[in-house]
Amino acid sequence: MALHLKMDERDDCDRLDAMAQKIIGTPIDRPEGALKVAGRARYALDMLPAGACHGVLVRATVAKGKLSSVDKDAVMALPGVRAVIADERLLRNPAQGMAGEAPVQGVSDVAYFGQLVALVVADSFEQARHGAQRLKLTLSSDPDVVVRPDDPAADLESPDDQKSEMGDLGRAMVDAAFSIDETYTTPPHASAAMEPHASIAEWSGEKLTLHGSYQMLPFNRSELADALGIDEGNVRILAPYVGGGFGSKLGISQEAVAAAIAAKELGVPVAVAMSRQQVFEGIMRRSETRQRIRLAAGEDGVLTGIGHEAWVSNLPDETFAEPVTQATPFLYQGAHRLIGQHIARVHRTCAGSVRAPGEAVGLTALEIAMDELAEISGIDPLELRLRNIPDKDPTEGIPFSSNKLSEALKVGAEKFGWSERSGTPGTRREGEWLVGMGMASAARVNMLIESKARVTLTGDGVARIESDMTDIGTGTYAVLSQIAGEMLGLPIDHVDVHLGDTDLPRGSGSGGSFGAASNGTAVFLACEDIRNQLCEKLGCDPESLTLKDGHAISGNQRLPFSEILQGTDLVGEGHVEPGKTEEAVRQATFGSYFAEVGVNAVTGETRLRRMLGVFSAGRILNEKTARSQCLGGMTFGIGMALLEELIHDDRDGHIVNRDLAEYHLPVNADVSGLEVVLLDERDGWANPLHAKGIGELGICGAAASIVNAIHNATGVRVRDLPATLDKVLEGLPPLS
Amino acid sequence: MKTELTVNGRRERLDADARTTLLDALRVHLELTGTKKGCDHGQCGACTVLVNGRRINSCLSLACMHEGDEIVTIEGLGEPDRLSDLQQAFLSHDGFQCGFCTPGQICSATAMLSEIEAGWPSHVSDDLDRTPELSSTEISERMSGNICRCSAYPNIVEAIKEAADRRRG
Ligand code: FES
Ligand code: FES
Repeated sequence: MALHLKMDERDDCDRLDAMAQKIIGTPIDRPEGALKVAGRARYALDMLPAGACHGVLVRATVAKGKLSSVDKDAVMALPGVRAVIADERLLRNPAQGMAGEAPVQGVSDVAYFGQLVALVVADSFEQARHGAQRLKLTLSSDPDVVVRPDDPAADLESPDDQKSEMGDLGRAMVDAAFSIDETYTTPPHASAAMEPHASIAEWSGEKLTLHGSYQMLPFNRSELADALGIDEGNVRILAPYVGGGFGSKLGISQEAVAAAIAAKELGVPVAVAMSRQQVFEGIMRRSETRQRIRLAAGEDGVLTGIGHEAWVSNLPDETFAEPVTQATPFLYQGAHRLIGQHIARVHRTCAGSVRAPGEAVGLTALEIAMDELAEISGIDPLELRLRNIPDKDPTEGIPFSSNKLSEALKVGAEKFGWSERSGTPGTRREGEWLVGMGMASAARVNMLIESKARVTLTGDGVARIESDMTDIGTGTYAVLSQIAGEMLGLPIDHVDVHLGDTDLPRGSGSGGSFGAASNGTAVFLACEDIRNQLCEKLGCDPESLTLKDGHAISGNQRLPFSEILQGTDLVGEGHVEPGKTEEAVRQATFGSYFAEVGVNAVTGETRLRRMLGVFSAGRILNEKTARSQCLGGMTFGIGMALLEELIHDDRDGHIVNRDLAEYHLPVNADVSGLEVVLLDERDGWANPLHAKGIGELGICGAAASIVNAIHNATGVRVRDLPATLDKVLEGLPPLS
Repeated sequence: MKTELTVNGRRERLDADARTTLLDALRVHLELTGTKKGCDHGQCGACTVLVNGRRINSCLSLACMHEGDEIVTIEGLGEPDRLSDLQQAFLSHDGFQCGFCTPGQICSATAMLSEIEAGWPSHVSDDLDRTPELSSTEISERMSGNICRCSAYPNIVEAIKEAADRRRG
């Protein structure tokens, strides 16, 4: 009997703290880590079965047009080529996160430059690649194509549900002692997970098995089945190891459907890996944004008004729009507010989720604007934020489930030495280097997604956790082991975690920072289920049962599990659903960033010297993996601030820098002096673990602290990211 | 094309298409899938292996160019229950997250430590003649050919420092 919980009320028991094993939260090594460092963890493309064929995808090279013919014969004549597939079931672009149905399909209509319209399959990868390079496509090009979001001919949608207004912002701006009205722009970004999207498809009769690299398997199974027009009961997806996601593997993508069609047609397993260039062009980008931000404040810096309007883009027919203003309604106070969003329909690579959709770019702009307000009001940026923390959600009027922004700001300032910052920009110089400090707040909405899990306590005292949840580097294997170990009183090496298989109970998948808390709660409930069963066997009540080191202790008896179970297994099932606590309180995570940069007075180049992030995200399930997640988020922030920018050609929208040499990711030498502090917190409104999401918090506003530090170092205000040296150099004084 | 080479101490006879990269030969022909393909263009370092003791991007090299060479891959450095010092240090410092860049990072770090021992200077070395110090700056600079999008960089640097200390005794 599954233990079911609908999150309708706050949890006040905090069961994990009451347990005896004391491994929850500890910095244990990842249980799957030895396999990863030894090169034995097997990712999608490592599962190549004997006799498999290899497929290579082919792109269209027009922004909009028709594919009228594919010269299959010439390529079929090449050695080793087995099939050329240009099937109307192929995907135009990947499915958006949690779609659960196929995205737009078909190859005859091309909607963006780089759309993958054919697959060449051959005995070897080399033969398939040669065939793909030789394949001739007849494409017409529609001259009436909009590729630029600022093209006046672009269709612009301004959805009502993305608009909100409170009070009179215009009035507040006029009455303000200090006000800011500026426009900020961020370029498109790529997730650029290190593992390119790859699938191996194998049919056995009507049953399809796919080894893939995906974040959300239950959704991906439905999407794949829908795209192929088959029953989802006939689809099994396996993804026990995923080489990074960051949103790019939320939805089923082109290579999976292509591999499945080819494998069916040929009757052999087919492996299809996207090339790095195809990943850049064919997989979701984060939309560019243009953001108008208005801030109105009194003499004391207290905000009276906030306006945040965003312009983003996407392909026609896509429902996703970068939720730029997501944290603006609740981060700071202000009675007069205006939020709006406008989506331009353009023929560019599909826009979708990239790590922390919304806050990553939206909070970055807002936090640069706050720095500008601090500057004109003469109030220290830290103090300005402290003065504007609301005591409840100012838009919804509901309380925060918890809000440690103030503590994060104060702890960060103290630890970083913020008081040593010079309030006058451009006054600290070390040789060629102008040195400055900047800071920003962090915030990210918190979510719970329906999840199920099964835990089996075997007769020999080992717990087996089963879920179709994924570990995309986030630490799922570790944190689920710790939850079960804590609840069942088992050392970590007595817990086995099985993930990434759609035959297992349906979890939430990895996305939106909700994975650990959602699936963790399902595992927690399954363990409670087992504890109840143990109580029945022992004839005790749950409160008087202590489980520790593989023993049950109740009253004056202490028995090993093996003795209680006598060789039989206990199976526990857990099922959690979001409920009323979603609406009753504002759930979010908070934090702060402090950065110190050196800007070269001669070249304008910025080097990050050190950076601190302080975060509160409820209970920390594993100190080590949580810290790593924050380091990763902050490094995405470094990329956003200084390096990352997808460049689209103005004529046909093609991505000019579609590889890892031209799209600049932070490398080891760009990332020094990073520090993370995790605040101790419990949040019973979120779930019975009292834990909240942490995978994305580290990027939400991180870039602003660096851009603000550049201003402090040089007096140059960059409002168009990334702050590359050309933009900084412009504002530097001439060399004497 | 026939090529004879040694991989992780074993003699191997390859019969592969002349266009086969060393990376694909290892992964597909020899089924050593620990070495990863992140870009196939020498831009990410995921495919780093050791050839005659030196680190190279195996995607940038054809298998048939390696007649008689000694190749070491991540599988040759250790096993899950018998990890090398570097592998163990990566594990305990969480020098990875998704793990996809990790075999390349560890092969790269293995060779990098030998390069420092041999006195090779880098872009950030102050003195071209003295054996470089194993500072964070030196390590970061020398490991910058291996991209980690999960951004385990700070932990990678700490892991390498610890393993190097152990190596020096
Ligand atoms: S795969 Fe060889 S460098 Fe990226
Ligand atoms: S561990 Fe994921 S890319 Fe390095």
